[in-house]
Amino acid sequence: MTMVSSAPRDPRRTGRYVYATAVFLLCAWVLGPLYLLFVNTLSSPEAVNSFPKTYVPEFNFESIEFFMEFAGMTGALWNSIQVATLTMIMSILVGAPAGYALSRFEFKGKETFRILILLTRAFPLPLLALPLAVLFIRTGLDDTIFGLALVHTTLAVPFAVLITFSLFSGIPMELEEAAWTLGCNRLTAFIKVVLPLILPGITASAIFAFVISWNEVFAAAVLTIENRTLTAFLLQNLDTSALHLKFAGGFILVVPALIFIFAVRKYLFAMWGIANR
Amino acid sequence: MQARYLPYVLIAPVSVFLGLFFLYPFYLVAQTAFYDGAGWSLKNFQEVTSYWKFPISFKNTLWLAAVVVPIQLALALLMATMVNAMKKGRDLVLYIWTIPLGISDLAAGIIWLAIFEQSGFLNSMMHGLGFIDRPTALISYQNPTLIFVAIALAEIWRATAIMLVILVAGIGLIPREYYEAAQVFGAGRWKQFLRITLPLLRPSLSTALVLRVILAFEVFAVVQALGGTLFPVLMSETYAYQFELLNGSAAAAVALIILGISIASTIVILRVLRVPKGATI
Amino acid sequence: MKLKVKLTSAVSAIALSLTAVAVQADVLFWSTQAKPVEEAQAMRDQVLSGADMAVDYQPNDGGPWLTRLNAELQASSGSIGVLGALHGDFSAMDDADLVDLGSMGVASASATFNELAKLGTGDMQYIPWMQASYIMAASKEALPYLPEGADIDALTYDQLIAWAGNIKEATGEAKFGFPAGPKGLKHRFFQGYLYPSYTNGVVRTFASDEAVTAWEKMRELWAVTNPASTNFSFLQEQLLNGDAWIAFDHTSRLAGAFNERPDDFVAFPAPAGPTGRGFMPVIAGVAIPRTAPDMEASKAVVAHMLKPETQLATLRATNFFPVVDVELPGDLPPAVQAAGGAVAKMSGSADANPGLLPAGLGAKGGDFNRVFVDSFERIVLAGQDIRTVLDDQKGKLAAIMNETSAPCWAPDAPSEGACPVE
Repeated sequence: MTMVSSAPRDPRRTGRYVYATAVFLLCAWVLGPLYLLFVNTLSSPEAVNSFPKTYVPEFNFESIEFFMEFAGMTGALWNSIQVATLTMIMSILVGAPAGYALSRFEFKGKETFRILILLTRAFPLPLLALPLAVLFIRTGLDDTIFGLALVHTTLAVPFAVLITFSLFSGIPMELEEAAWTLGCNRLTAFIKVVLPLILPGITASAIFAFVISWNEVFAAAVLTIENRTLTAFLLQNLDTSALHLKFAGGFILVVPALIFIFAVRKYLFAMWGIANR
Repeated sequence: MQARYLPYVLIAPVSVFLGLFFLYPFYLVAQTAFYDGAGWSLKNFQEVTSYWKFPISFKNTLWLAAVVVPIQLALALLMATMVNAMKKGRDLVLYIWTIPLGISDLAAGIIWLAIFEQSGFLNSMMHGLGFIDRPTALISYQNPTLIFVAIALAEIWRATAIMLVILVAGIGLIPREYYEAAQVFGAGRWKQFLRITLPLLRPSLSTALVLRVILAFEVFAVVQALGGTLFPVLMSETYAYQFELLNGSAAAAVALIILGISIASTIVILRVLRVPKGATI
Repeated sequence: MKLKVKLTSAVSAIALSLTAVAVQADVLFWSTQAKPVEEAQAMRDQVLSGADMAVDYQPNDGGPWLTRLNAELQASSGSIGVLGALHGDFSAMDDADLVDLGSMGVASASATFNELAKLGTGDMQYIPWMQASYIMAASKEALPYLPEGADIDALTYDQLIAWAGNIKEATGEAKFGFPAGPKGLKHRFFQGYLYPSYTNGVVRTFASDEAVTAWEKMRELWAVTNPASTNFSFLQEQLLNGDAWIAFDHTSRLAGAFNERPDDFVAFPAPAGPTGRGFMPVIAGVAIPRTAPDMEASKAVVAHMLKPETQLATLRATNFFPVVDVELPGDLPPAVQAAGGAVAKMSGSADANPGLLPAGLGAKGGDFNRVFVDSFERIVLAGQDIRTVLDDQKGKLAAIMNETSAPCWAPDAPSEGACPVE
């Protein structure tokens, strides 16, 4: 769309055309690979292995049915949802206050703190899993939904801090100060003025937390036994499985995440309306 | 009254949390990197950096981040501004564009390998269009450029959404009035983008960039699926030391090197995109 | 107000997790084998459902498997009841961490396997559980291109190269598939097949002139190998989709092809070189970590795994063969029949030169494999000079042998103390 104004002759029309095409192409770019996954999932094992491949699903449910009968699928799905939801709540509750502090206050050690938060994402979790697992076994957090959610929150909380930080930074301090002069204290000003403005952004970081937890395999595989998450249950063994099951398993993992983002999107946009007025 | 202590109270929960679940295990792991069985030394670092694959993995990791991240940034900015200007159907479009967010890197690797493998979708399509008679191996050691392109494409597909969401939220916070004023003065869209969107988006931009860069240095699953053994990255070295060679201290050493690169790039990005104190737009 | 929310959610979460802990009772079978979802399901439905107690079968990638196990050992408290893994995984462990199973009265029928299972100690560190090997498989489309006079059951490396060459010439495509992917078992090909067949050794002869010849042959073979092989880890996929017409791999990693389209593929022995037909077994074992929560139940599971009928069920589920004496029924899956035939021909051939699994390497097993994989990547993929690479890698191999003082294993001639690299 940035090219739009530079387009010669009847710029409006050409512009709109280029714009629509670009939107369409970008949508196709995102959906294309997913469509292929979908086609493969609903194809018979023979078709999955054939060449050339077809681009139309034959609606063969063999691979999906295999997973439907797979023992423990629903339990694992439920565990995944619980862990992801807990992660979402905890990462916002723990992360957002820090994001607010970073954007509103000058305090000693602020830069160090900010960099430290970022760097927690720069070290691979699989290396940390061993000492964490020892700690969890000793404290009884091992093999619990809550324990795994704690680890996932560690992964998600830097996102929560940074996203909320940039959101709060985008809201003029004057807005809050104006509220103070109108008789609000710091807390009520925050709740009445700032919170409504940043809720959509909070939703965005909640989506992150959810998705990070949903897709995390390693800690889930190490720290849960009875209470396996869907990802630990399925994904870590998919790459060694037959091709048609690989695709079907991948599909089953993707669908709940898509539904979740879809559900939250509504909320995200309802709030966004407020933010722009 | 509490104005002086309030920020510390606010950052306390996250500090306690990360201290317990990150710093504590990190300290235990990181110190093994400096220990060689007899005492403190840098032997582990010497060992991992003198391994013949190390320079290759190092170069691959940096190259991949250097190519992928700018493209993702440009793409995410483009998509975010497009979404922002959209009147009809924008929640549907935004939803579609954020879908890859929900797809794990392992699953993304599976999907993209199905496209690029010899009897995969890309070859099927070229076959159907009559460009080729029979499928030839696309991903092979004779074709290092194509391997790089395949990995880059898969990464761009998978991880652009993460920047998009941050930027969309950031753009949503820029007051409409600025744009309206700009229009009154006859500024074109490009000018508005340069003069209003970009400067006001700086906090979101630096967040998005830093996170993306850090995660780009840790790229692994997609690279392993598409590049096989031909495209070693630092993370694959880390895992090889930890789980195949059972050499935890060497693994910790490589991981600390990755951490080092991450720190360096974080500082650079934060410097470049620093929001000046009291700056007016 | 925020604090309140936090507290309530934390409390409810803890309550939730406590109830989850309370129901735990099954014996946890923590395994690196039978990982593919279909095999895992078959293990649960057909193999372990016959046990007297409830068994929770959990297959894992090597990383999580090891991390969890080490964490339990460090914490001296655990939930893993039984370990299932390869010989190499167990030999990398501290012998104090595995319970001595010698008094259980179960063992495999092979004295060699039982000796290996002691891992150089006096105790039964694990019980051999199942075995497999690496074989060749080909699509029937490839058979017309066999070089003249070649017997598919008694191929030489030269004939294999010529065969794959014929196919490349006729179809324009290199159709030999080699498991050189990240999870591929290529190192076993060098250790158990190429080296024994050309040098009659693995460690002693690592940098010999015969080894140079072997790597030259490897280069020739690679020239007619599908270049995408660096992404191949499970050759059944490439056999099924036609990317490979001839393949070398682990029997259970070829099984899918035979079970899906039994009439389209043939299995046959690995090729022979100047010093015979090298081949190597794969042994998986079951063991009990010292932290097992219920030792009696764990032992009962181990005993169950060694029962003849369980061994047969395992064979059907995983394509790994029994280690106890048991009559094989006639109605086995096609993959089992094909692989069984090929292995029998391989071990029964006049020029058979069986190798053993590396023993005594302990935690250095991975480094040992890396020596071979690095040699492959440098010589074949990067095109470096063979002699230079071997002389360079030789030092690393010698260091590993000296550090572990592992004695030579077949086909290397026995040694006093650490196996020397000559």
